Amino acid sequence: MNMHKYEKVWILIGSATLLFFLIVVGVSAFYMGNQPPSCAVTLDPEKVREHQLFKEPGLTEIGDNEYQLTVVASAFDYDVGTDDKVVQIPVGATVHISATTTDVIHGFEIAGTNANMMLEPGYISTYTNTFDKPGTYTLVCNEYCGVGHHLMYATIEVVE
Amino acid sequence: MKTAAQSLLKKVPAKDAKLVMAHMYVAFAALAIGATMGLLQVLERTGSFQLPSWLGYYQVLTVHGVILGLVLTTFFIIGFMFAAQSVTTGGYSNKERTAGWIGFIMMLVGTIAAAIMILLNEATVLYTFYVPLQAHAVFYIGLALVIAGSWFAVWVIVLRHFRFRKENPGVRTPLLSYMATVNSLMWQIATIGVAYSTIVHIIPWSLGLTETVDVLLTRTLFWYFGHPLVYFWLLPAYMMWYAILPKIIGGKIFSDSLARLAFALFLIFSIPVGFHHQLTEPGIDPFWKYLQVVLTMVVVVPSLMTAFTLFATFEQRGRELGAKGLFGWLKKMPWNDARFLAPFVGMLFFIPGGAGGIVNTSHQLNQVVHNTLWVTGHFHLTVATAVMLTFFGITYWLVPSLTGRVLTPVMNRMGILQTILWGTGMLIMSGAMHWQGLLGGPRRSAYSEYAGNADTLAWGPYQIAQAIGGSILFLGMIVMIIIFINLAFFAPKGETEFPVAEDHPNAAPTPAIFENWKLWIGITAALILFAYTIPIIDIIQNAPPGAKGFKLW
Amino acid sequence: MAKPERTEEQVTQQHEEHDLKGTFVSVMILGAFLLVSWLGVWSLYLAR
Ligand code: HEM
Ligand SMILES: [Cu+2]
Ligand SMILES: [Cu+2]
Repeated sequence: MNMHKYEKVWILIGSATLLFFLIVVGVSAFYMGNQPPSCAVTLDPEKVREHQLFKEPGLTEIGDNEYQLTVVASAFDYDVGTDDKVVQIPVGATVHISATTTDVIHGFEIAGTNANMMLEPGYISTYTNTFDKPGTYTLVCNEYCGVGHHLMYATIEVVE
Repeated sequence: MKTAAQSLLKKVPAKDAKLVMAHMYVAFAALAIGATMGLLQVLERTGSFQLPSWLGYYQVLTVHGVILGLVLTTFFIIGFMFAAQSVTTGGYSNKERTAGWIGFIMMLVGTIAAAIMILLNEATVLYTFYVPLQAHAVFYIGLALVIAGSWFAVWVIVLRHFRFRKENPGVRTPLLSYMATVNSLMWQIATIGVAYSTIVHIIPWSLGLTETVDVLLTRTLFWYFGHPLVYFWLLPAYMMWYAILPKIIGGKIFSDSLARLAFALFLIFSIPVGFHHQLTEPGIDPFWKYLQVVLTMVVVVPSLMTAFTLFATFEQRGRELGAKGLFGWLKKMPWNDARFLAPFVGMLFFIPGGAGGIVNTSHQLNQVVHNTLWVTGHFHLTVATAVMLTFFGITYWLVPSLTGRVLTPVMNRMGILQTILWGTGMLIMSGAMHWQGLLGGPRRSAYSEYAGNADTLAWGPYQIAQAIGGSILFLGMIVMIIIFINLAFFAPKGETEFPVAEDHPNAAPTPAIFENWKLWIGITAALILFAYTIPIIDIIQNAPPGAKGFKLW
Repeated sequence: MAKPERTEEQVTQQHEEHDLKGTFVSVMILGAFLLVSWLGVWSLYLAR
């Protein structure tokens, strides 16, 4: 089987490019800790509210400009601890997000940020995000969960 | 024995042709229904058009996904592979053909059962049917029937290949037959996952025999199937690009060996990569996610080879016709032949489609795009354009060849118009989807103003662009249906050949190793076990309490 | 369609010698496109 000289060069350059992508995301993931949201922590999906993280969802300060945000998703609502579904976060704060669902699968996406993960019954999804740019961000559900799927949202205000 | 007439024009034998046409009728009926749903979706999402109260957005979207993503593709592909196998190996025995019909009927019954449940609003779970949303059991049973029926089909194709080998010892198998066999085997191996998940976990649960279901396990089994599913769509288009298109432009196959190598690589690497659809979900160890990301990048390589082969096929042919300079060969292509133009435009769309796919699989980059409209834009470039335009290009000669008719110049011009409409519509719709996705616009969502914040309101113009693109696409669908009906029932009688490209007279012989199925299937199985065993054990061992069913629509 | 005539030269041409410069440039453009789009989304990821 012979391969044209140019094809060999192309496959070599192409594979090197793919390898480059892999190295960049690999280093970023395993040395810098930028793993896609994941955490094998489980809970009983029917007893979410009894779990100590989710007794009182919402934002809590846990350190110097460091916060924990816990969110309980259910059809078709994000419980972020406030009645108006607005969470105010100081600009530059590091926020450790933990979220779960009490019923079906939901999405958890803060539009315009890298916080984007799936919420699955029985699992706690976690992600740490630093909110560097002030502004109003919308938390939307990006996995179909039923008729009210597009009516699930909350607002994150990053304030000075 | 071949008669003189048969050896002149390659055609599918009449009895096989009937079986193929049966699949085509279903496929094009599916296109008509599905694209109409697509139009309703894009209009609804502008916010200025309301669906009637008896028709929900998500019900429409379930129809669209199931009928285009599962029904149209499966029926067309099986029909096309049946035809390619029949024409290159000399037709089916009565037994083989009967098995083909049994498969067809099972798939049809399954489709109708699932469709009834969707129309009754008992199965508004979208085409991925993620649990614990719980549809009516008949919906799942219908889907299981479709899969079981498809097994009959792929086994007819595989066994016909092996019968050819047995009857022609020492002869290299026809390239199209080899490729159809690869795709069939891949389908068989991949569908085991979703069939197991549906039959063992989901159906008993939807019948109330078991109370709860393992969400992550069923999802993982779904995506074990879901990625090879997209290759099952793509490989028939590649079959056409490698082994048929050269004939249409009057050229030769660039390299039989490289084509087989690419397909063998697709068999091996298409399956152990499903985690790239699950990068943002909890419960799977990051190491195994990354490993499957690496394997996904490997499966890009045969596509890089394909790109080279295709350009080279065109350039070689162009130079044969006297083309000069770096790109002179482009001018020599038969641009006014719809049988060429449609798949060619499809190929062009596969370039951004492939680029997007590499982004999707890039571990953290997946967070930027996961479940946003970017993804919807991505697969409308790949399956709904690259693959579909190629299938339309196939239709222009396959259907008249099967029905004993010819493509008239008028229909050819309609085909060119169709290609332009589809390409333009998709460019607009898919382009807008990509941008809106980068801004965070979620997929699978009816029109919503959310909290009324500026970020979500900024998506409005993109949704209007999608409606414009989608409307052009709808027109493209109408044109395609007109062409199909013409070719199936009204075009003038005549002889149309099933084009099968040939090797260069001085091509190097193909190494026999490509026909060593034990080797390729062995490697495939080993890689699957490597990529999936430990994570699946983890998923089962660390499983949380199961989930009860919900009907939230 | 008439069958194209094959010249002496083409018959003796070996695979290696085919003039595929246009193909090479085309795939390089394709590769550049892959790289640019990837880097584009990567920079978006870093910026967010
Ligand atoms: C008239 C042409 C088409 C239009 C206007 C159209 C439009 C759309 C739109 C707007 C969506 C996204 C809806 C949402 O996420 O809320 C969608 C989803 C989808 N489309 Fe199309 N589409 C067309 C053709 C096709 C074709 C030909 C195929 C496949 C061969 C296809 C397969 C899909 C699939 C699988 C989905 C995903 C459904 C889901 O997320 O559950 N579409 N389409
Ligand atoms: Cu939702
Ligand atoms: Cu995939």
